[in-house]
Parts: sequence; structure tokens; C-alpha cells
Amino acid sequence: MPDTLPADSVGIVSPQTYHFDAPIDLACGQTLENYDLVVETYGTLNAEASNAVLICHALSGHHHAAGYHSAEDRKPGWWDSCIGPGKPIDTDRFFVVSLNNLGGCHGSTGPNSLNPETGKPFGPEFPVITVGDWVKSQALLADRLGIQCWAAVVGGSLGGMQALQWSLDYPDRLKHAVVIASTPRLTAQNIAFNEVARQAITSDREFHDGRYYDFDTVPRRGLMLARMVGHITYLSDASMGEKFGRELRDQAYKFGYDAEFQVESYLRYQGERFSESFDANTYLLMTRALDYFDPAYEFGGDLSKALAAASCEYLVLSFSTDWRFTPARSEEMVNAMIAARRKVSYAEVDAPWGHDAFLIPTPRYTDIFNAYMDRVAREVGA
Amino acid sequence: MRPDLEIIQQWVQPGHHVLDLGCGDGTLLDFLQRERGASGFGLEINPDHITTCMGRGVAVIEQNLDTQGLGNFDDGSFDIVLMTQALQAVRRPDKVLDEMLRVGSEGIVTFPNFAHWRLRWGLTLSGRMPESEALPYKWYNTPNIRLCTFKDFEALCRQKGIRIKSRRVVDGQHQNSWLARLWPNLLGEIAIYRITRET
Repeated sequence: MPDTLPADSVGIVSPQTYHFDAPIDLACGQTLENYDLVVETYGTLNAEASNAVLICHALSGHHHAAGYHSAEDRKPGWWDSCIGPGKPIDTDRFFVVSLNNLGGCHGSTGPNSLNPETGKPFGPEFPVITVGDWVKSQALLADRLGIQCWAAVVGGSLGGMQALQWSLDYPDRLKHAVVIASTPRLTAQNIAFNEVARQAITSDREFHDGRYYDFDTVPRRGLMLARMVGHITYLSDASMGEKFGRELRDQAYKFGYDAEFQVESYLRYQGERFSESFDANTYLLMTRALDYFDPAYEFGGDLSKALAAASCEYLVLSFSTDWRFTPARSEEMVNAMIAARRKVSYAEVDAPWGHDAFLIPTPRYTDIFNAYMDRVAREVGA
Repeated sequence: MRPDLEIIQQWVQPGHHVLDLGCGDGTLLDFLQRERGASGFGLEINPDHITTCMGRGVAVIEQNLDTQGLGNFDDGSFDIVLMTQALQAVRRPDKVLDEMLRVGSEGIVTFPNFAHWRLRWGLTLSGRMPESEALPYKWYNTPNIRLCTFKDFEALCRQKGIRIKSRRVVDGQHQNSWLARLWPNLLGEIAIYRITRET
């Protein structure tokens, strides 16, 4: 944390755990008898409970979206650039709810939680969770918080998928869905990258069929590789080029296979850090949730038919150099919304950072986000 | 509101689904939504205009008519397709007109008249490309690459089997003048056409 708290920071925040006793039925056919959700909130819920905004996290995200947990924190929450006083998701006007999704590894019930039936971590017994399951659990959280209708459900990437799913599953419970750098379904290429990541993890000798907790080890190498390949898909060729080029760590080639190029050591560092803080089973689960997401599937592949159930307004944003979920994927979604006569606004923001651009406050992105959320706030009296 | 928009809004009925090609800052669509109970989308490419639309609750899609066309809109999905002061700036106005009347049952088009007497006079006297209030650019930087006269436009409509339901001719301030009504191709500066497919 900087020495003095920036004026546009939500400040020091602390997460809260909500325990749910009622069983939740999942898409896979299994039932979770009870579970915890870890949640952070910023701002104040108004008397009419009309100013609530739900933040949905992406693959490796969690509940800590803004502010600092302590003065010692090196970095703020993962979306601090967009959440805070005077920021697009203005905590002076909105009551912001951010949770760690079911199956996560940051405190909500997931594969590394204790299975009450066995007294051991769930591991591979933890059910595969879908985007629809997350939305269902988020709706139960909304009930608990006294929120009947969100002013907006907002998310980037996998988070955007949750926002879209919300609009289909609970059309009366949100006014706006903000879907950023997302897609209505993964392409074969997207699934292929996920498969490489999963193979990296499951083929690690320390994986032990997902029961590594029992062996007091983690498949660190596999998780590191998974993250490295994932990380490449989050950046663009241009942004990697600008950041690293062909720069060497030392002056000359060493004619060996250690990390000589800067980009190699960067990826290794990112992978290693990630493997120390993330659970491998959660990574498998999150990538599978991505693969399965396809709300048009039940409608013969016609997303506009799926959208017939929706009634909220949409803001869809894409980024010019995002090759993971390209602007064309967002446009596919927008065209289905147009065909379904849903109210939608769309822009493709010129930004060099690839998929990661949704986390970086470029001027146009911020302007659009500000303008749209300001209107949402005015509409709900926030 | 601009007087040409004032005229156009009278043709929009409650419940109409409207597509506005080059919707600018969304003034017209905003008015049509709030005052006439219409719904619809605007297409725009100017980033500042797009942001303004989003801030005022006008559904706006970033889409370039020249490069992307209207292929993402279904046949007959709009009651009215609008294009104010943009026909002269697209690469293929003829194709845009076809597309307008494919996706909408009626089109409303406005554009500046290149046969207005002041432009004719300017060209005759100075021998230089004319400039006016409606066409304030130099020949080398003008976005208006497909200038035409009222007669040209009407000839194109005849050739394409497009029926002109009505035409209103106004001057540079969008005022209705009896002179412009009398001799439109010489004295009218801007025309507002309501067009539809010949049935």
C-alpha cells in the first residue's frame, strides 16, 4: 500500500464469510449440502436496496476486487482500477458486492475445503461447477444481503459470462449486465489451450489424481506450466514485444536451455508465483466451467432465442488486440441481442494489451465505463 | 432540436423500432425514446459520440457502414431506418439505400443538395470547389465523398424501384421556405426524403 491512501481507494477492507445451510443442486446432478462464500463489500446499500452492483471474477480472480487488506499489502484488489470513490464503479454511489465463487480456493467452499463426510479435503470429489451454478449461488447470496434486484452485474472474461448468464436465469433480478472482454462460448482453440493447462497439471507426478493434499504436496510444476500457457493468451504479441522484445538477461547467448530471454524468466516467475497461491483442482474446475459455458446450446445454438428470456440492458465491450476472446466473439453476442431486440450498447476499445486490457484503465475504456455506470446510478437513484 | 429532426420525429409512431445510421450524440434517438415511445439502436463510429450516447441511455453500436455494412441486422427488423446527413459520406450510397430498405420497411434520408444555387454560383464565379454552411470542408479533407443533387438522388431511386413517399426541402438553417418548395433543386439546401420499396 502507498504511504497515504489514495483518495479514490476504498481503503482497508476485510472479507466476510457467509455460511449457507440449505443444500444447492448443481448442474452436474450432485448436491452440495452446505457451503461457504467469502465476500467483500464496498460502499453502502441504500434504503431501497436499489444501488447494488455484483462483481463477477474471472478464471484466477477472487473476492478481493478493491482496496487493501492491510497497510502491508503490496498491491490493491484485482479490479481496483475500476472500483472506488469516483471510479467507474463508484463506491460513493453503489453498494459493491464481490465474492469468491464456489469451487474457488480463496475461502469459499472448493476442492481444498474439508468434505464434512470424510473429514478430508474434497479434492477430485468436489463437483464440477458451471457458470449457471455460480449464478444460482450468487442469487442466494443476494437474498442473504437483502438485494432483490442488482443495479448491474458486471464482469470481465469468465466474469462477463456470469453477467450474461444472470440476465438469462434471473431476468427480473438485474437492470444492467456489463459484459467485458467475454464470449458467448469458447472456441475450439480456447478449449485446446485449457486442455494443455489441464494436462500440465494432471500429468504432474505430484498431482496424485487430485489427492495431493493427502500427500502433503502440490503439483507445483504443472500449475506453473498451466499458468504460463494461460498467461501467453492474456497478452498480445505487440504488448509482449514492447515489454520484452528479444531482450536477454545477460549480454550474450549461452548456448543452453535455461531462461536466457527476459520473456522466459518473466513467464517462469509468473508461473511460480501463481503455483504458490492457487489450488490446482480449482484451476481444473474453472477451466472446465469456461469450456462448458454455452447458453445457446439448449436453443439449438441460437443465442438470440436464449436471450428471449432476458429483459435487462447490456453494455458489451471488447478490446482490439484481445485474441483470446476477440471482438468478433463480442459482436456475435451483440448481434444475438439485436436480433432478440434487447437494448445493447457496444464498443471495441483500441488497446494494445490483449485480453488483459479489461484490467487496465485506458482513457476510452474508462470514459465509456464512467458514462454508462453514471447513467445506471442516476436510473436507480444512487 | 434541429428543425430537420423536428420534422423527422413527426413520422415516428409510438412503438416503432428505429435504426439510426450515424446517430451522432444520440439526440434524435433519445428524443424518440422519451417523447415518442420508440425503441431502437444507433450506429456510430465517433468515440466521443458513442460515449455520449451510452451516458444518456441510447443503445449505440460501434459499427462502420463502409466496412461492416448492415449484414448483422435481419430483414424487416425495423419500422424506420434513419440516415441524417451521412449518405454523402459513405462509399456506396446506392448499396446503403438497398440495405436500409432491406432491414427496415421505411427509410428517412437527409443530405445536402449540391445543385443549390449558391454552390453553382460559387463554382461558376471562382472556378474553385464550392464551400457552404452545409458543406464547410476543403475538397481534400471533406468526409463528403459522394455529393449529389436532389435530381440525382431521385433518379437513383427511380432506377432502384424505390418509392419516395414524401420530400421536404429546407434551407441551411433547416427552415421551410416557399422559394425552396417552388424550385427545390436550385433553391433547396437540404432535403428530407421518406422512402420505401415499390410494392
